[in-house]
Amino acid sequence: MKKTILLLLPFAGLLWVPLYNRHDPVLLGFPFFYWYQLAWVPVTSVLIWMAWKADKQS
Amino acid sequence: MSTSLPDNAAIGVFILFFVATILLGSTVRFWRPLLNRRKAATNHSQGEEWGLGGREFGAWVTWFLVGGDFYTAYTVIAVPALVYSTGGFGFFALPYTIIVYPFIFAVMPKLWTIARDGGHATAADIVRARFGSRTLELAVAISGLVAVLPYIALQLIGIRTVVEALGYTGMLPLLFAFVSLAAYTWLGGLHAPALTAFIKDVMIYIAVLAAVIIVPIHLGGYGAMFHAASEHLPAIPGGRVVSQDQTVPYATLALSSAFAAFLYPHTLTGILAAKSADTIRQNAVFLPIYTIVLGLIALLGLMAHAAGIVTTSSSQVVPQLFLAIFPSWFAGFCFAAIAVGALVPASVMAIGAANLIMHNILPRHSESVTGSRLAGLGVKVGALGCVVFLNAKFAIDLQLLGGVIILQTFPALIMGLLPLRLSAPALIGGWASGSLFGLGLCWMDGLKPVHPIAFGGFSASVSTGLLALGVNIVVTMVLGSVIRLALGASPSTLQPRQSMRRQG
Repeated sequence: MKKTILLLLPFAGLLWVPLYNRHDPVLLGFPFFYWYQLAWVPVTSVLIWMAWKADKQS
Repeated sequence: MSTSLPDNAAIGVFILFFVATILLGSTVRFWRPLLNRRKAATNHSQGEEWGLGGREFGAWVTWFLVGGDFYTAYTVIAVPALVYSTGGFGFFALPYTIIVYPFIFAVMPKLWTIARDGGHATAADIVRARFGSRTLELAVAISGLVAVLPYIALQLIGIRTVVEALGYTGMLPLLFAFVSLAAYTWLGGLHAPALTAFIKDVMIYIAVLAAVIIVPIHLGGYGAMFHAASEHLPAIPGGRVVSQDQTVPYATLALSSAFAAFLYPHTLTGILAAKSADTIRQNAVFLPIYTIVLGLIALLGLMAHAAGIVTTSSSQVVPQLFLAIFPSWFAGFCFAAIAVGALVPASVMAIGAANLIMHNILPRHSESVTGSRLAGLGVKVGALGCVVFLNAKFAIDLQLLGGVIILQTFPALIMGLLPLRLSAPALIGGWASGSLFGLGLCWMDGLKPVHPIAFGGFSASVSTGLLALGVNIVVTMVLGSVIRLALGASPSTLQPRQSMRRQG
């Protein structure tokens, strides 16, 4: 169950486009739209890693 | 056009790196035993060795093999071209290549285990064993074969594009692309792409890191780059980056691409060639590293605007940007990286499709290496036909067309893993309806990957692949219920047959 939520989070965070469809705030020159989505890459890696750990324990 | 013309240095460096990679990859059979004596005694048939690499790839090779599937002409040519033409909308490739990994993690280890236990090499094998239906096997195999043709076509366009950027015109660039792909795959088999995937990734990393560092420095930093690019693209009101009516296409294209990505025969080949289910899980953790670079490559489309590149052929955006910014010898190196980056995946795709023909489509189970090679060659000729006859507005439309076709195998292959009561006739009906519906829409819309729909107060353009998959699932469910009612069958008689093996 916990594992399912971990794996569904990236879908929720990335497929609801109005959530991040804006220019501001800008970070290091990147509009929010771009850096928000790039930030999901390491976050997704960590989430999958947590799900992997949870898998191994059970 | 603000084009810097390539000189002999560019052409020389390009040929050197491109030819060296092909030679190294295609002669692998001869020098690999020298490095690795352990392999001397092998219990795999020659066909399984050529096609699946003997199902023995560990975490690192799988990482390069599976990750490399994304580093294709799709990434370095087609996505930047779309970003150049449409701005932020083309960036949907980024969410696509993120959400695909949780999906892989959840689904693919199960498929791998089923494939290993049953000795299956392809999606069609798995489906046949699970549902005991030769017709369904054929349906899934034909989808895989047809879907991969436009995807290989996109790779051929990638190679053609860089050869054109080197100053060649007419039929020669396409011929060059086709001949190099055919020669490389004929000689090398899957081991060639697995090992050259490493060379290819290193070359692409050098090219891309140079581009994402040097190009913004030229243009005064990322902030200035985004600003300059926005002046060349249509203004979007309300401080948004994509217009409001593009948000649904953006999300649905990302989702359908992610569902489709690992149904292709070549991507599934990469997964099934892994050593263990855990190798796949581990890879799902580390593969997203690729995606960061993919996002930066997509931005090359914006950088091209900022660098003043003006071209009517959007596929030329990245090569022209490299010619404008880099010294010509390094542009030549980058072109070789792009060409190898198209060649290696195209070869994996052709092998995956050849496996399907030999394994699942031909009536007699044939393991001859020559047969596989001939099948692979046939696949490449089909891809060449797609380049010549399909007139897509953007190169990326070819990849999305492949997605529409391959998504129709989703119910049989992926939903088949769930404890649902799916039966072969219902799945075949769903597959046929979804495929006809999807291809019909693509035909009517001129290969445009989204189709406008409206119901109630809601209207939006939705990914054609997802719409067709919806039709597919609904028909599968309805047919399934009708068949159950008509037969009055108890659920137990419709349980999938796990142990069914092929007779042929």
